[in-house]
Amino acid sequence: MQRYSVPFLLAIAGALLVYGAKAEWLSLYVVSVLMFMGVNVILATSLNLVNGYMGEFSCGHAGFMCVGAYTASILGVLLFSGHKAFGEAWLGPELAVWGFPVLVIAGGIAAALTGLAVAVPSYRTRGDYLAIITLAANYIILSVIENLDIIGGSRGFMGMKKIVNGMEETLELPWMPLWVFVFTVLSVWLLRRYLSSTYGKGVMAICQNEVAAEIMSVNTDRIKTVTFMLSSGLAGVGGALFAFILGYVNPGSFNILKSTEVLVMVYLGGMGSLSGSVLAAILFTLLLEGFRFVIPWLNDLLHQLSLVPESYEVSQVWKWVLIPLLLIVIMQFRPEGIMGNRELGDLFPKLKRFYRFK
Amino acid sequence: MNAHPTAPDAPVLEISGLTIQFGGLRAVSGFAERLEGNELVGLIGPNGAGKTTVFNLVSGFYQPSGGTIRINGVDTKGLKPHKVTALGVARTFQNIRLWNEMTVLDNIRVARHGRLGYGFLHAVARSRTYRAREAEIEREAMELLAVFQLDRHAHDLPKNLSYGTQRKLEIARALAGKPKLLLLDEPAAGLNSADIQELIRLVRWIHASFDVTIWMIEHHMDVMMELCQRIKVIDFGETIADGTPDEIRNHPAVISAYLGDDQI
Repeated sequence: MQRYSVPFLLAIAGALLVYGAKAEWLSLYVVSVLMFMGVNVILATSLNLVNGYMGEFSCGHAGFMCVGAYTASILGVLLFSGHKAFGEAWLGPELAVWGFPVLVIAGGIAAALTGLAVAVPSYRTRGDYLAIITLAANYIILSVIENLDIIGGSRGFMGMKKIVNGMEETLELPWMPLWVFVFTVLSVWLLRRYLSSTYGKGVMAICQNEVAAEIMSVNTDRIKTVTFMLSSGLAGVGGALFAFILGYVNPGSFNILKSTEVLVMVYLGGMGSLSGSVLAAILFTLLLEGFRFVIPWLNDLLHQLSLVPESYEVSQVWKWVLIPLLLIVIMQFRPEGIMGNRELGDLFPKLKRFYRFK
Repeated sequence: MNAHPTAPDAPVLEISGLTIQFGGLRAVSGFAERLEGNELVGLIGPNGAGKTTVFNLVSGFYQPSGGTIRINGVDTKGLKPHKVTALGVARTFQNIRLWNEMTVLDNIRVARHGRLGYGFLHAVARSRTYRAREAEIEREAMELLAVFQLDRHAHDLPKNLSYGTQRKLEIARALAGKPKLLLLDEPAAGLNSADIQELIRLVRWIHASFDVTIWMIEHHMDVMMELCQRIKVIDFGETIADGTPDEIRNHPAVISAYLGDDQI
């Protein structure tokens, strides 16, 4: 039972999601929130690999996400739907059902290769300097895309909706929720496997004492490279899914604000805790959506109590005041984040008897 | 199977003309040493004499400005520390450098990183090779902890152990890679006299039961006199004496280096 409990629960969750979306007892809105939740889980856990486990400070995660999003989108449009700049589709929309996972993986690979370029300076640089390099990488990626007119420049790139529709026409299933769920589970699982192997524990060794790691035969350059590539590659996977959920991408969605959002999730959940990042990504998504309902309610309340002038309306912009405020409060009272560096099984040792997730 | 590449009959360590310059300072100059299999040799000298620098050179942290270092007959020029370790060198540090947020068992396991026998893809695919190797690494790590009587701490974090136990763990971790040459950099630093007696027994036992050459730096002369077969003394990067503990004890150059030779 210990061995099968996690796959069993995941299978049920996946089946419920797909069935719910198909039978429409989960509204389109709920399904889209769940999908963004999945993307956020991928982004937060993968960034935690570098910032939490390896102890480096990367703050350009959205840049890698962007590479994944554009690679998957362009490749998808090229192969399955056609585009005014590239001409007819090479394969046609009916093959998109099979090609979709390939697109997402291609996005991941492209982002991982970009990550390789950032990994090299990380051999010599640490701390603030690496943060600046990753920040610069984020900007470089965005500038390149903004100046490529063939893919829409800063206006953005579209045509992915057609591919998703094509998939649904071929076989009527809610494909996007299904794939987001599959890739989310795969990403966390991949990270967990990496980090629980002796090979992957080299990452923690570098974080905790790099000199000792080098002397005790850890090839630190290689581990840093692999770790960076894995982290940025998964960000690319998240980006690819993000692009197909929206059906449209523009460089503005991957700016430094997005990177910060992911950083916030990592710190909220706890550095060096995968379960913390998963939890934080879920909470953060819910929080973001929750304010959509809370703010109008707050607006009514404040008007009834005549605390704000009649002509002023408390708008959704206030979300970006309230969320940072909440974070400041959390960092004040629980600076190590929700989970610290512990996993679910460390917090509830009895739980370990019922599951195994490696 | 021999774990490390070796040239037959080569000494475990052969250093000649080793020199390193930091800016205008010659930290080590013309240093030579030759260690045969299973020797237990000491390196002493006043503070700042360049002892740890020699260890940093041998373990690949610094690249020498001149001279050669051969480990089991292989020239280490240009090799990174993890490659030098792969030639069969392990070391401990003056200030203990354990991975404090990893369990004692994991500390030993990660020390096998150079000879895992699998890579990233095996790790994430949990291949047959991976499972076999991990099982073996874990078994050997537990065996090593058992002979060091650390097995009851296997799942503790090193930072929660006593200082003396941390020292012991660091030495055990150094031996996890089955080295031919073990460098101990001031293993008695910060230990009380009871712990020092235990350390002497530990080093003697390691020397007797592991097939390893031990080269140690230590300020506690009683430890060195009791353990070492031979001691070399350096001062300002230059070798000033070399001999058995008894010869060193009465060597005029050593006495003047430690106590000064000014006329009072």
